[in-house]
Amino acid sequence: MKHIISVLVENEPGALSRVVGLFSQRGYNIETLTVAPTEDATLSRLTITTAGSDHVIEQITKHLNKIVDVVKLVDLTEGAHIERELMLIKVRATGSQRAEVKRCVDIFRGQIVDVTASVYTIQLVGHSDKLDAFFQAVGEASILEVVRSGVTGIARGEKVLSL
Amino acid sequence: MEQLSGGDMLLRALADEGVECIFGYPGGAALHIYDAIFRQDRVHHVLVRHEQAATHAADAYSRSTGRTGTCLVTSGPGATNAITGIATAYLDSIPMVVISGQVVSDRIGEDAFQETDMVGISRPIVKHSYLVKDPAQIPAIIKKAYYLAASGRPGPVVVDIPKDMTAPDVLFDYHYPETVRLRSYNPAIRGHAGQIKKAMQLMLAAKRPIIYAGGGVIQGNASAPLTALAKKLNVPVTNTLMGLGAYPGDDKQFLGMLGMHGMVEANFAMHNADVIFAIGARFDDRVTNATDKFCPDAKIVHVDIDPASISKTVRADVPIVGPVDSVLNDMLQIFDELKQTMDTEALSQWWAQINEWRAKHGILVKPRYETTSEALKPQEVISTLYEVTKGEAYITSDVGQHQMFAAQYYPFKYPRRWINSGGLGTMGFGLPAAMGVQYAHRDAVVACVTGEGSIQMCIQELSTCTQYHLPVKIICLNNQALGMVKQWQDMNYGGRHSESLYEESLPDFIKLAESYGHVGVRISKREELKEKLTEVFAMKDRVVFVDIQVDPQEHVYPMLIPPNDPSGANGSMRDMFLSKTERT
Ligand SMILES: Cc1ncc(C[n+]2csc(CCOP(=O)(O)OP(=O)(O)O)c2C)c(N)n1
Ligand SMILES: [Mg+2]
Repeated sequence: MKHIISVLVENEPGALSRVVGLFSQRGYNIETLTVAPTEDATLSRLTITTAGSDHVIEQITKHLNKIVDVVKLVDLTEGAHIERELMLIKVRATGSQRAEVKRCVDIFRGQIVDVTASVYTIQLVGHSDKLDAFFQAVGEASILEVVRSGVTGIARGEKVLSL
Repeated sequence: MEQLSGGDMLLRALADEGVECIFGYPGGAALHIYDAIFRQDRVHHVLVRHEQAATHAADAYSRSTGRTGTCLVTSGPGATNAITGIATAYLDSIPMVVISGQVVSDRIGEDAFQETDMVGISRPIVKHSYLVKDPAQIPAIIKKAYYLAASGRPGPVVVDIPKDMTAPDVLFDYHYPETVRLRSYNPAIRGHAGQIKKAMQLMLAAKRPIIYAGGGVIQGNASAPLTALAKKLNVPVTNTLMGLGAYPGDDKQFLGMLGMHGMVEANFAMHNADVIFAIGARFDDRVTNATDKFCPDAKIVHVDIDPASISKTVRADVPIVGPVDSVLNDMLQIFDELKQTMDTEALSQWWAQINEWRAKHGILVKPRYETTSEALKPQEVISTLYEVTKGEAYITSDVGQHQMFAAQYYPFKYPRRWINSGGLGTMGFGLPAAMGVQYAHRDAVVACVTGEGSIQMCIQELSTCTQYHLPVKIICLNNQALGMVKQWQDMNYGGRHSESLYEESLPDFIKLAESYGHVGVRISKREELKEKLTEVFAMKDRVVFVDIQVDPQEHVYPMLIPPNDPSGANGSMRDMFLSKTERT
């Protein structure tokens, strides 16, 4: 099953490589990874999506917790949570296609953020499944380039991940 | 406040931390540090002959004393030479601090002379590491390094110091912190009371209990409460290779080592147990054999300081995260409070069964090697070594058959006396380890049980022994082969001895020892074994290299039969080869 693990790490050089190294060293897989500083300058927040049996996920969280630079972590998938990913996508759009693509973008509540005579650059934010679905809708053939940010997430309600 | 250079601060911090000795080797990037060593006299330095030896010596110093070992190497090749020793310490959870020189800060990343990314290379085999970026931080980083190395589940910590950080001409206020706190690091200090009670109740209800204790009991200084608990409950105890000495090896409740080359009675008891109390052990694949056939009837209590060790390979029914000594003491207290007794009838049946196994299969009861042959058997050498040293010596070992024979035939009475590389299985460990032990215990008897293969991996250290008067005794079980490799080739590769023989190329170890100023003794006959070994250990102030010609045909038994072995029933802990022709 897919899991989203949010990790607060010390904002130290090398902290990221310790986390990433753990995954390759122990044969766990990383599907997506996002990292950015937090409002507290001494901390960075990582969001990792990974898949595995309960046993593997348990080992992953235990080993992550063992890393000295890891301050705190939570497996968001254990509770209600919000999950978002950002995608920028360049699509060929000429002639009648232009209206077609535009309609599709509207349905998915995306935005066209750049336009040329033959290309739309579209921004789409949402659950990863929605981004996948957009692919289908717009048609693989017209896609020129895709970049996805990887998943970030946060727990619903009162729960917070902080010190 | 006193003003010191980075190099002087480093040495002062080490002294203030209580470091008595550094094992090391100099080089360009470490020269400011070496000059600082020259300027002080609180911290001694032992100049080894290869950085690998520095790490093993520091590691064994730690294993034998419980105090964190320290080594110092230069950048590049010095740092990479230390890697094997860091991995060795990591896999056995040994507290050690490795200080490495690094090229000057503004050359990092330029492939400068003798530059390697030490923090990067060592990352998967350290508990933590630091790259010093500001000399003023040196005391605080040293404090943290020692704290991290020794607390929680211990392990090696690397401190990589660019050369400019230790320059003699820039001075800083020196202050050594008294305490240290890391918000991101909080090892358990107490086991969960409810879980501990559950564990005790499970034990009290057990009909066929066993205590399976590993190296964590030694690292956690918990031999006394372990022994007390076992005695109170009258439960059999087995130790892992790393745990030998955690429970007195000469006690009748001790079943010997378990696992791949463990005692039949220990492995049978595990397989048939209904409750396994595992403490400071990690269900290593060398212990469990196939995990799907592992101890089918057992409920498992697993106590460990490291939550990631619990339910890693074998699921625990009652997991307890905590320091082993405090958990054992809590167990003892709960036992007294509950005022319940074990099921004595079931227990006496269990003991009757175990004693029957022991009488039938126990290799210390009835040796399984024959002593009628001309050739000396490695097992009898170890038994004689035990006799001659009265079971009181510190024994370091290398890796191979000799290591397993030492583990089987030298029942360690105390913790921290058996010093071997269990997790990584590092050939070359034995001699430098013996130096580290001897350095820490000047008057103790220290013997390195080795093979003619392993000893050659760090033999240059004979020179270090001369320089620092470290009178270790080298007991080389010379079977003219990479014996353990050859055994596997005999058993699994149709006896094809691919590259496990030396074709008459072995050196004359006696002359070699003599050329370093040591004594060399050769033993090849049964009649002379005890007398000569006694003479060897009477030479208290000398390094003695004892080259013992042993039977090259001997295999290590018992041996667990791995899963998928063509010979039939296999893969569990009760499936064992007993000799070249017999099996359980
Ligand atoms: C550094 C290293 N290289 C290779 C091995 C694999 N290995 C394990 S035992 C062994 C043979 C050891 O020979 P020797 O030291 O003579 O001991 P014996 O088994 O003959 O007693 C080898 C090569 C190892 N454990 N460590
Ligand atoms: Mg050999």
